[in-house]
Amino acid sequence: MAQLHKLGPAAQIPEGEGRTFTVGSRQVAVFRTRAGVVYATQAECPHRKGPLADGLLGIDTLVCPLHEWTFDLTTGSAKTGTCGVAVYPIRQEADGTLVLTLD
Amino acid sequence: VQKQRLVVIGNGMAGVRTVEEIFARGGKDQFDVVIFGDEPYGNYNRILLSNVMNGSQEPDEIFLNTIPWYRENDIKLHVGVRVTHIDRISKLVHGQRGVVEPYDKLIIATGSRAFVPPIKGILNDMGELRSGAYGFRTLDDCRDIVAHARRVKSAAVIGGGLLGLEAARGIMQHGATVNVIHLSGSLMNQQLDVPAGAMLRKSMEQMGIMVHTGKSTTEVLGDDHRITGLAFKDGGTLDCDMVVVATGIKPNAELGMMCGLTVERAIVVDNHMRSADYDVYAVGECAQHRGMVYGLVAPLWDQAKVLADHITHKDRTSSYNGSKLATKLKVMGVELASMGITEPTEPEDEVVQFSEPTKGRYKKLIIRKGRLVGAIMMGDLDKVGFLMQAFDRNTALPDERLSLLFDLGGPSKKVTYDEMPADAQVCNCNGVSKAMIGASVAAGQRTLKSVMMATRAGAGCGACKGLVSELVGWYCGGAMEEDPSAHYYVPSIPLTRSELNKVVREKNLRSVSSVFDALCDGKVDPGSKPALASLLSIVWRGEYVDERDARFINDRVHGNIQKDGTFSVIPEMPGGICSPDELRRIADAADKYAVPLMKLTGGQRIDLVGIAREDLPAIWRDIGMPAGYAWGKSYRTCKSCIGSDYCRFGLGDSMSLAQELEGRFRGLDSPGKLKLATAGCPRNCSEALVKDLGVVAVEGGRWEIYVGGAAGAHIRKGDLLTVCDTADDVMKVSGRFIEYYRQNAKYKERTYTWVERLGIERVRAVVVDDADGICAELDRQLAAAVEATYDPWLERDENKTENQFKLKLKVVS
Repeated sequence: MAQLHKLGPAAQIPEGEGRTFTVGSRQVAVFRTRAGVVYATQAECPHRKGPLADGLLGIDTLVCPLHEWTFDLTTGSAKTGTCGVAVYPIRQEADGTLVLTLD
Repeated sequence: VQKQRLVVIGNGMAGVRTVEEIFARGGKDQFDVVIFGDEPYGNYNRILLSNVMNGSQEPDEIFLNTIPWYRENDIKLHVGVRVTHIDRISKLVHGQRGVVEPYDKLIIATGSRAFVPPIKGILNDMGELRSGAYGFRTLDDCRDIVAHARRVKSAAVIGGGLLGLEAARGIMQHGATVNVIHLSGSLMNQQLDVPAGAMLRKSMEQMGIMVHTGKSTTEVLGDDHRITGLAFKDGGTLDCDMVVVATGIKPNAELGMMCGLTVERAIVVDNHMRSADYDVYAVGECAQHRGMVYGLVAPLWDQAKVLADHITHKDRTSSYNGSKLATKLKVMGVELASMGITEPTEPEDEVVQFSEPTKGRYKKLIIRKGRLVGAIMMGDLDKVGFLMQAFDRNTALPDERLSLLFDLGGPSKKVTYDEMPADAQVCNCNGVSKAMIGASVAAGQRTLKSVMMATRAGAGCGACKGLVSELVGWYCGGAMEEDPSAHYYVPSIPLTRSELNKVVREKNLRSVSSVFDALCDGKVDPGSKPALASLLSIVWRGEYVDERDARFINDRVHGNIQKDGTFSVIPEMPGGICSPDELRRIADAADKYAVPLMKLTGGQRIDLVGIAREDLPAIWRDIGMPAGYAWGKSYRTCKSCIGSDYCRFGLGDSMSLAQELEGRFRGLDSPGKLKLATAGCPRNCSEALVKDLGVVAVEGGRWEIYVGGAAGAHIRKGDLLTVCDTADDVMKVSGRFIEYYRQNAKYKERTYTWVERLGIERVRAVVVDDADGICAELDRQLAAAVEATYDPWLERDENKTENQFKLKLKVVS
C-alpha cells in the first residue's frame, strides 16, 4: 500500500544536484533541477552501484558519476546502458516540503 | 497528399540502399515502394560472397535485409520476378508471370553480371554458360561453384583480378587444385603495379595456386557432359574439370536500352543520377556517370545519397561528382590497399616506395603537388586509414614522407581486422568486443559517435578510440559517415572551442546555465556541463559564475570518487618533498579516521583512499596542507628527481624548480590534466620526457622543455619545445604553453593529442617565437588566472552549497 513520507525542505538539496535519503529500509536518491522540478529514483546505479545522487543532472536526465550511464528521470528508462532505474512519485508542498510516495 | 508510386528494379545493394536513404529523408511519407528482384531472396551483401565461398560465413549471415524487413517497411517485394520491359509512355513496369506495376518514379538498379569473353565452347546452345562453367556474381553462383568444386580434382579460374583471386581462394578451400589464367602479365593489374603483382603472385603460389599470366584462353575443351580442359592462344592446353569466369563485369543495361534511354556501357546518368527520362533514375553498376561505371561499393553509397536527396526534394543542390577509387581488401590472407593510379603519369609526379619481398611488404605512393594521387600498400596496412582519407579529401600531405609509410616509434604490430577474433575485447574500459561493434553497425549506426553511444566503446580512457573508429569503418564497408559534432567543443552546441570562446565573450555568458539558455533554448545536456564549466572558468577566471551543479562530483567535493562512492585525499607535495611534521600529521589523520589504504602515488605524493564524504572537511583540517588537485581536469603536480643538491650527477636544481612551478600553476583548470616533472640531468629519473610538460637540466646551466609527453593509456615522448638559459625563462615559457593549451584544446584533450594536432612547430612559433604576437596577452591572462585560484579545501570552513559534504540526508522510518 502506498505510503507518504515527508523528507523536509527541498532547499536542503542544492539546485541542480541530488542527495540520498534513507526511508525505512530503502535508499532513495532525490534530485532538484534548476527549474525547480523534483525527481526520486533508486539510490544506486544498476551498473556498478554508483551513487546516482552524485550524478550530473539535466532537465529530466541523469548521468551516473562512475561510468556515465544515463537515465530518463521521468520514466527511469536507460538512455545509454542496458538497464533502467526505479522511479518514485515525489512532490513539493507549498512550503517547499518534499513528499515522497513509496509502495 | 496522395503518395507517389516508386518502383525499384533490382533488389541488390544499390537498390535497397537507395530505398533506405530515401526513407532516411522522410520518403516513407512520400512514396509507396515496390521492389523487383530476380533472385529469390532478400538483399544480401555481395562483397561477402567470397566468405560464403570459402566457408567462413554461412549464406544467412550475409543478408542485409531479410524478407520481414520489407513487410515492416510496407515495401511490396516481387522476389524471383525478372522485369521484362519498361513502358515509359504509360509508366508501367512489366515483369515475368504477368506482373505489372505502374510508377511515378522509377529507379533502375539492376547491377551487372559476369562478362564472358569470346571463348569457343564456353556457352551452350542457349547462349548461357555451359555446364561446368560459372560466373561469380550471385549467391546461387556461389553455391553451384562450391557444390561442383567438392567433386572435382582441378579447376581453372579465368581472370586474375580481384574477383578471380577470391574465387580461386574459395575453390581451393574445397579441395580442388586451382589454376588462375590471366590475360595480362601481372595479377590484379587494375589495382597493382608490376612489382606488387609479382609479390602477390609469389604469395599465391606459396599457397598452392598455379598462376598463368600472359595467357589468352581460346577454347573450353570437353564434350556435352563435362569440361576436360582449356586451350590457349600460344598453343598450350591445361587439364581441368570446371571453369569460373571472372574477367570483369557487364552492366545489366538492356532494360534501359529497350525503353529508349541513353545507354553506352551502361545507362547514362547526370549528376542527380537521372537518366535521359526525368522520372527514371539509375544507380550502382548499371549506371554510367561521366564515362565511368563503378564496380565497387563505396561509389554506390555516394550515388544512393544524391539520388535520395533529389527524389525526396530534400536537397536539390546535392550533386554526385564521381568517386575516387580506393579499395582495401584481403586476397588469400594477403592484405592489400589500392587507391587511384598505379604508375606516375606526369613528369613531376613523386614516387615514394618501400619494398621488402621476403616479407611480402610493399608500399608505393604517388604524390602530385603534395597530394596523394595513387597508392599501393601490401602486407602492412597500418597507415592506410590516414592515406585513404588524404586521398579521398585531397588534403595536403605532411612533408615527412617517411611517416606516410610507417608509424615511427610507438608500439605497432596491429592485427588485421579480418584476423581479429570476434570476441576480442576492443575497449578494455567498458568491455566491448569487436563483435559488439559489428552488431551496433548492423543495427544501423554509421558514425563513430553513435557506435560509442550505443556500445560505450571508446568512452572510457579513450585509448581505443582510433581502433573503434577503424572497426566501424571496416564493418560499414566504406559507408562510415563523419560526425560533424566531432569538431564541436561539446556535442550539444555546434561550435568549435575557439568559436565558443568568442560567443561566450560576446554574449557575456558567465554561467553554465546561461550558456544553455542562450545557445540551446534552455535544453540542458548534463554530460556537457563540466566541459562548459571548464571553458567558462578559463575565459572568465575570477568573474566566472560558478554553479556547483555544473561540476563533476569530484570538483564539488574536491576529491576523486572511488568505485564505492568514497573519496581519496591527496595533499599537495611539490617535487615529492615533505617535512617530518607533515608526514606525522598525515599518519595521525590516517589513524584517527581509520583510513583503509595509504599509498604513494605515481606523482610522488601520498594518497589516503576510502574516505567517507562526511569526513573530508575534518581530515583536511587535521592534515593542514593545501589540496593537491588530484581529482580534476587541472594542473596536477610536478614531480622531481633529487637534483643538484645531493645527486653526484645533478646539473640543475630540479627540486626548487618543481616547487616554483607548482607554486605558480597549482589549482589552474585546464582541458585535461597536466602532469609535470623536472629532472636535474638527462638521466631523467623523474621521467620528464613523458610528461605534459617536462623540464630537463642540461650542461651549461640550461633547461630543456619537453611538451606533449605521456606514459599512461597512451605513450609518447614529449617534443622538445625549446632550451632555456635560466629557470625564470622556464617559468615564462611554461606559463605561455599552459595558457595557450588552456584556451585552445578541446575538453579532455590531453597535451599529447593537442600538441600532435597542432604540430610542435606551430606551438613553438606561438609560445616561444611569439609569431602571433600574443605572448604578452598570454602572460597577462595567465597571471589573472593564477590570481583567481584558491585552495578549495578551505571550503571545509565555508561550504559553497547546502550540505556540500553530505550525500545522505534525512532518515525517515
